[in-house]
Amino acid sequence: MSEKLHPVSVEVNGVRREAQVPARLSLVDFLRDELRLTGTHVGCEHGICGACSVMLDGEPVRSCLMYTVQADGHKVTTVEGLAKPDGTLSILQDSFCETHGLQCGYCTPGMLIAAQALLDANPHPSEEQIRDAIGGNLCRCTGYQQIVEAVKLAAERTK
Amino acid sequence: MSEFRYIGKKRRAKEDPRFVSGRGRYVADVALPGMKHVALVASAHASARIAAIDAKAALAMPGVLAVVTGEEFCAGTDSLVTGVDAPKLTRFALARDVVRYAGEWVAAVVADTRALAEDAAERVEVDYEPLPHVIDAERAMQPGAPLVHPAHGSNVILHRKFVWGPVEEAFAKAGHRLAFRASWSRSATVPIETFGVAAQWNAGTEILDVWASIQMPKYPDQVAKALRLPGNAVRVHYDVDVGGSYGVKRGLKHTVLVGYLARKLGVPVRFIEDRLENMRGGDMQGPDRFFDMQVAFDADGTLRSWKIRAVDDVGAYAGRAPFQLGKPITAICGPYRIPAVEYDATSVLTNKTPQEAVRGFGQSPTNFAMERTLDRVAAYLKMDRIELRRKNLIRKEQFPYTIPSGSTYDSGDYHAVLDKALAAIDYPALVRARDEARKSGKLAGIGISTCLEPSGGNSAFEVLLNPKNETTTWMDSCLVRVDLAGSVTGVMNTSSSGQGHESLVSTVIGEVLERDPSTVRVVRADSLQALPSNSPVGSRMAIMLGGAAAGAARKIRETLVAIAAHNLECAPADLEYRGGDVALKGVPGRKLTWDQLVEIAHRKFHRMPPDVDPGLQATFVWEVPTGGALPDAQGRVQIYPCYSFEAHLVYVEIDPDTGKPRLGKYVCGHDCGVMINPDIVHGMTFGGIAHGIGAALYEKFSYTEDGQLAAGTFMDYLLPSAMEVPPLAIVDHCTPSPLTSFGQKGSGEAGYLGAPAAIASAVNDALAPLGASLDALPMSHLAIWNAIHNGKRA
Repeated sequence: MSEKLHPVSVEVNGVRREAQVPARLSLVDFLRDELRLTGTHVGCEHGICGACSVMLDGEPVRSCLMYTVQADGHKVTTVEGLAKPDGTLSILQDSFCETHGLQCGYCTPGMLIAAQALLDANPHPSEEQIRDAIGGNLCRCTGYQQIVEAVKLAAERTK
Repeated sequence: MSEFRYIGKKRRAKEDPRFVSGRGRYVADVALPGMKHVALVASAHASARIAAIDAKAALAMPGVLAVVTGEEFCAGTDSLVTGVDAPKLTRFALARDVVRYAGEWVAAVVADTRALAEDAAERVEVDYEPLPHVIDAERAMQPGAPLVHPAHGSNVILHRKFVWGPVEEAFAKAGHRLAFRASWSRSATVPIETFGVAAQWNAGTEILDVWASIQMPKYPDQVAKALRLPGNAVRVHYDVDVGGSYGVKRGLKHTVLVGYLARKLGVPVRFIEDRLENMRGGDMQGPDRFFDMQVAFDADGTLRSWKIRAVDDVGAYAGRAPFQLGKPITAICGPYRIPAVEYDATSVLTNKTPQEAVRGFGQSPTNFAMERTLDRVAAYLKMDRIELRRKNLIRKEQFPYTIPSGSTYDSGDYHAVLDKALAAIDYPALVRARDEARKSGKLAGIGISTCLEPSGGNSAFEVLLNPKNETTTWMDSCLVRVDLAGSVTGVMNTSSSGQGHESLVSTVIGEVLERDPSTVRVVRADSLQALPSNSPVGSRMAIMLGGAAAGAARKIRETLVAIAAHNLECAPADLEYRGGDVALKGVPGRKLTWDQLVEIAHRKFHRMPPDVDPGLQATFVWEVPTGGALPDAQGRVQIYPCYSFEAHLVYVEIDPDTGKPRLGKYVCGHDCGVMINPDIVHGMTFGGIAHGIGAALYEKFSYTEDGQLAAGTFMDYLLPSAMEVPPLAIVDHCTPSPLTSFGQKGSGEAGYLGAPAAIASAVNDALAPLGASLDALPMSHLAIWNAIHNGKRA
């Protein structure tokens, strides 16, 4: 049973990627297995944990709940696309390091995507807005405290 | 803290940059050339005979390499180890003849891709003949109950009763007695990364390479044994980042299965659990326990004795999980002065998913039951809960303090920590806020708990609960190497799951050698190169790996001083070590620099002192600081050397219409001795509190009457998000341990050990005006709503 393939063209972290993919290939499997962008993680595969969050045209989405063919013609940003072009960490990434807003690192890429999307839309959010923005991203290590501190710090540093 | 150069100072974690940039390397990122993928066929029944398995349709699908069933697998491998004395219990990754829980693996499908493997798994037809099942521990102990393992002859796999001190006398003489049952439902740490393992067999070298998301003592040995391979034929790569574990990532059955498949098929094989496989068949559900508590006390609140009967539902198979009834023995009177204790522990088999070790190894449920007892005593005596605790807490001047079960608590100042927490939360203001809220018709409560975290122990609860299992050794090790260029590398011997061990090792080595920790690299040996380790379990790594790194670094330092003494023609005692340079005391100009000493060690044998090895590396292997004695005839034993203390205070308001609790202010006073890296300690404590919030209010592996897991997704098994976890504050206190290299104690289970008890205390304080109370976790919205309504009716 060979599966029918569909052409897609997706801009990932600023680079246009062309591929032939089966209709059922999820976006996260495409990013991880086809493009080897393994920074995006799979946690629950049913849209709750947020570990697979990526930005689609600047909005955070669950890449486990999206098919690759649905991303055709769109821009995707993964954690690998958050650093500056020279590879130095973004203000947000550096702030996570400063407050130790992570432990095992597994939810971290999704957290960064959710938080960056918030800061892009609202550079100086309140704590409540920060908690709301990361409310769809589960972390089992941190209790969220140092993540919230990291986002606050990044907002301060962006002033 | 000023005595330290790097320890205890604000310092970024060494691991964080790779994780924030998406450069971690988890097991699902390990892609081996030609790698094949596994999907599983899982039992649909809690208990059934497997009448037939038909894999023809699956095997006929393109891209499918193999379908392996229990018949083949159990013939080709040996059973996993059952720690308790139940030799007739066998446990294999794939069921043979019968299934004992819904979700148990029946067959493994190997295919070119995970998607194809899943497609094929759906085409494997299994005929089951359902058998009677039992999913309740008390029912399982009754005569005539269906036996989960008939060969064992009973569903009870462990029953031990200990009496330490004059318990009956204390009960007879005490002014008052209370009895009640506290229940802790089955929950777990549920890491966001599921378990996964990749394996590759090299027929030329006859080595099985294993990459796994793992936190398991003796993992390579047990995998090799089950695969009937020599121990040196399994090479576990510890440089795989583990996406959270907190106890549960044991994965032996997964690894034996994947190792078997890789060897059988001659191709690399990887299995990554999907969430449902993880929740129902990953064997990672935690303690499922009730406590029949009896307490004897006087009118002034003095605790005289307690009797604890703990019955734990371990599920359908057992590995180390029953030993989770053992750790609490080492803190069986909590932080209180209780001179006589009875403990009756039973582990019961049922047709549920097997239990695995969870953060705290049984201590958090026990702490909850003990703290519930304190609150009930306070309510009975109409005594303030804090005053009752103050009265019974071990006093600072009483340390080291030996409890009836034989453990000696190393150090502490419990009253000071509690006072700090009360001050930090502004307790009088909090009481006023609660009372105001109540006046305006709200249900509001304040919770309190004061709990212990035993840390850094050996594994002697194994021999305590199974005299045939003489385990008392629980070492850890480190190798420190200084290369020709003068760079320092620390080699650790296990994987990490977020605890920041690279930061720990580099900070400790930097401290001893007085070199900047950011220049110290930390790597992990694979299991064939590794020194002995017992993995990061039981809050042990700050003590044990930190101690081993310090020990190895001190040897390096001594070697450098010896080289200097030889070359400066003086005694080592005449020299002082500063930042890596060694100078004659009082004559700073007369010295050898770090670079010179390193060069001598590596290149100038003619300048080396006799009896000193060339090169510059040192290993340090050590047993826990309090050693490894066997229990005495009364079951008294020292297992854990260090005892951290935490005092939690939390405010809750409950919506009476929905039963929904909302947590407000939260303060945790915490004393884990000297903190190596405060940010890391605080982070784990915050995370432990959040995990405790989950266990207290939301998380439960529910089962239907049919024995089906009813919480197999994150839609039904509710993990707290940033909306449920309130802002958390930690107040530090430092009572150094006299037993460790820098005064550190363990802290990996912090927060979780006291949070469920504190939240239960808060909910009960909120319900108290209604005359209602709850003694079972989780206190779900529905349970709270029912308590409110029953209270109103009463």
